[in-house]
Amino acid sequence: MQTQTSTKPRALAAPNALWQFVARHPVPLSFAVLCLLTVAAADLPLVFVLNELVTRLSRNLFLVLSLIIPVLAGMGLNFALVIGAMAGQIGLIAVKIWDIGGFSGFIIAVLFSTPFALLFGYLTGLTLNKTKGREMITSMILGFFANGLWQLVFLLFIGTIIPVNNPEIILKGGVGLKNALDLKFIQYAIDRMLHVNIMGIEIPIVTFAVIAVLCWATKFIVTTKIGQEFRSLGQDLHIAQVAGIQTDKVRIIAITISTVLAAWGQIIFLQNIGTLNTYASHEQVGMFAIAALLIGGATVVKATISDAIIGTVLFHTLFIASPQAGNNLFGDAQIGEFFRVFIAYGVIGMSLLLHAWHKYMEARKKTMQE
Amino acid sequence: MSTTNILEMRNIEKEYFGNRVLKGVTLTVKPGEIHAIVGENGAGKSTLMNILFGMPVIYSTGGIRGEVIFDGKSVDIRSPKTALDLGIGMVHQEFMLLPGFTITENIKLNREITRHNPVSKLLGSAKLQTLDIEKMRQDAKKALDSLGMTVDEWLPIAGLPVGYMQFVEIAREIDKENIKLLVFDEPTAVLTESEADTLLGVMKKLSARGIAILFITHRLDEVLAVADSITVLRDGEKVGWMTRDEATLEKIAEMMVGRKIERIKQVAKDVVEGGETALSIRNLRVTMPGEMVRNISLDIKKGEILGIGGLAGQGKIGIANGIMGLYPAQGDVFLGSKRLELNRPRQAIENKLAFVSEDRRGVGLLLDNSIETNIVMTAMQIRDMFLKPFLGIKGIKMADEKAIRTHALKMIKDLDIRCTGPEQLTRRLSGGNQQKVCIARALTLEPEILFVSEPTRGIDIGAKKLVLDLLVQLNRELNMTVVVTSSELGELRSICDRIAIVYEGELEAILSPAASDLDYGLAMAGKYRDRSREAG
Repeated sequence: MQTQTSTKPRALAAPNALWQFVARHPVPLSFAVLCLLTVAAADLPLVFVLNELVTRLSRNLFLVLSLIIPVLAGMGLNFALVIGAMAGQIGLIAVKIWDIGGFSGFIIAVLFSTPFALLFGYLTGLTLNKTKGREMITSMILGFFANGLWQLVFLLFIGTIIPVNNPEIILKGGVGLKNALDLKFIQYAIDRMLHVNIMGIEIPIVTFAVIAVLCWATKFIVTTKIGQEFRSLGQDLHIAQVAGIQTDKVRIIAITISTVLAAWGQIIFLQNIGTLNTYASHEQVGMFAIAALLIGGATVVKATISDAIIGTVLFHTLFIASPQAGNNLFGDAQIGEFFRVFIAYGVIGMSLLLHAWHKYMEARKKTMQE
Repeated sequence: MSTTNILEMRNIEKEYFGNRVLKGVTLTVKPGEIHAIVGENGAGKSTLMNILFGMPVIYSTGGIRGEVIFDGKSVDIRSPKTALDLGIGMVHQEFMLLPGFTITENIKLNREITRHNPVSKLLGSAKLQTLDIEKMRQDAKKALDSLGMTVDEWLPIAGLPVGYMQFVEIAREIDKENIKLLVFDEPTAVLTESEADTLLGVMKKLSARGIAILFITHRLDEVLAVADSITVLRDGEKVGWMTRDEATLEKIAEMMVGRKIERIKQVAKDVVEGGETALSIRNLRVTMPGEMVRNISLDIKKGEILGIGGLAGQGKIGIANGIMGLYPAQGDVFLGSKRLELNRPRQAIENKLAFVSEDRRGVGLLLDNSIETNIVMTAMQIRDMFLKPFLGIKGIKMADEKAIRTHALKMIKDLDIRCTGPEQLTRRLSGGNQQKVCIARALTLEPEILFVSEPTRGIDIGAKKLVLDLLVQLNRELNMTVVVTSSELGELRSICDRIAIVYEGELEAILSPAASDLDYGLAMAGKYRDRSREAG
């Protein structure tokens, strides 16, 4: 009904600020409504929800932010985040093998993962340069491919080519890593370094400080020469090339930054969780980070820091509340869980569809004007 | 005039896949000279400029022969960046502007003014320096002022009028300090008349500053208005060079078109004014990107071969595509007294129109299907031909393999399609034989009017003649009305009874194939109507 009234000329002539706000941010607003309903239905204590939310923000926001730069550079959503996450896990497995715990373990994991992430990012960039215009599907498939390599290395090479003598993490046969690695020795390495408790809500200050630094760095890079190059590429690759920008190189830089950030983000994520699910932890990283970013109002061609923050808040509120809401409404927590997964994939599909439709309409409008 | 040349291109040759598009072109430009390059499409203008600008397409297809001397030094321009560094700028036909950036950002694209910040100092990286937006704005303002533009430099490009965008492009080029040579690639194509005048004024101003200008256009009056010297290209060759004083509109027009014409069809039929009209087009408008038809009214007479010619982008291709319903069209098309419903390809085919598309490999053929499938496909789908009921059940129709094979063999024989058999995939055929398959499919529909677009594009010379002969034969023996659209004027003049020339989406003239080169030249350049008005 409302859409009908708004298309009337009179409604257009008198622009309604509220309506414009709604029209400009349809995705985050509809999810905000959905979140409120779910939280109400779940009937959970507010302190619990907030506490969970803060934990999840500190855990996930870094990963979501690592998606922004490739979007700026016109490479779409980097589904190859998975590969960066793997680099991070390599760092964690290394410190597990060397058994270095606490903050020093965390730092060594970060340092050890970085060269891997640089290499993986570079290789991803090379591949994506050969498949321009199809970056998203390519990066998604690259993620699956890397998963196969990951299994090869950690199921088969550990204990054979890579000698590791640590029965705690090696499978009984002496070859391959166990399914789950205990990361207790490194858990809360930065989360509990400095934290405050405000009205029962625990806030990990160092983690949020790290995230704040990343936000600032992302903002900063946009104001620099390389940032301008990212933005030029994002608008039109061909024009950027004609202007003499070395487009292939800039694209590799963008995807490498994203991969390195994903590696670090995964380490932050796992130091909070405390367990490494050797063959599964990385799998969903890309999907969930992307879903969160999209829910915040980002698109394939536009993503901002506030999109990332709002999206992560909304997405994880749903995560927290939906099992209980499903239980209360339908007597089955699994239904809430289904709903949550449905939302995550649905929002990605929806966003891609909207993007394609928008592009089609733009092209049509352009030819009509001619 | 100074004696040294800023640019010399000597004996430039370029082949694309064995097809020579430039055959030893030589060009010299002096500083401060406005040098116009005119020629038909396919004359080699764009290729020459792509070479000068080091576009990747040139070197990914085997490079060039010949020598480019810029500012006294022999240079090898292999990327746009080299060209930019040398001081060659280009104002592109399609705007090279980023819509989401401001005018300033576009003018300073990849030449941003930056200053150090703590991070860039620490890491010693130039790429991390902060953009100095304020200084960039000042520069942009200066460049815009020198063009006499009063637009605000912080506005985004998206939403600016087209004319402004053109000037932003020029501002970007002249903002480059080392700029020595500017290429204008059909800059006035999208401008209104007054905007075009301003632009020509700006060009003169720039040349007075010592910047050499290469001006590519097909608007001949603009050439005469500003150019110091004029080079005419035709079929990849330089056919003439003259100074402005020597040049006249007629002379250039004649040079552009002039070529020997061998008539295949001995006598053009006299199309009687009162002859029966097969198809009459009224106020046709077709939205085909790059080939917009704006307003065409045209009568096609029964039993004639009508040619549709004109330069690329003027809309000649759009006419047949619009009538056949492949691109959105408006207007009235009458078949006799019956109105043809537009935008319905099926309707068009059911009304006995058939179309051989210019996009042979895209629209024309199912490349991975056999010759026989290609020939009967449309007829099966729309005419219910070559079908038989399955086990006597009428609702389920099966392909009648036997009938298809008989028909395909007949077509292969009649049209002399060189192939290993009716089952050969069309992808493996040569261009000429693919074209014949397309024509065979159109003929299978038993059309009354056959539209053929670019029948000889990408076909070698021998096959060209065969295809053209075939069209004439169809016209004569079956009395089929044929409408040929082609960029090759010579080919139209060799087979058509009448030739319609399209300019800027409108009908410029209908000429007899025997009309003079001058008339054709003027019509292609959109000057025919003015001339006849003056004469009359």
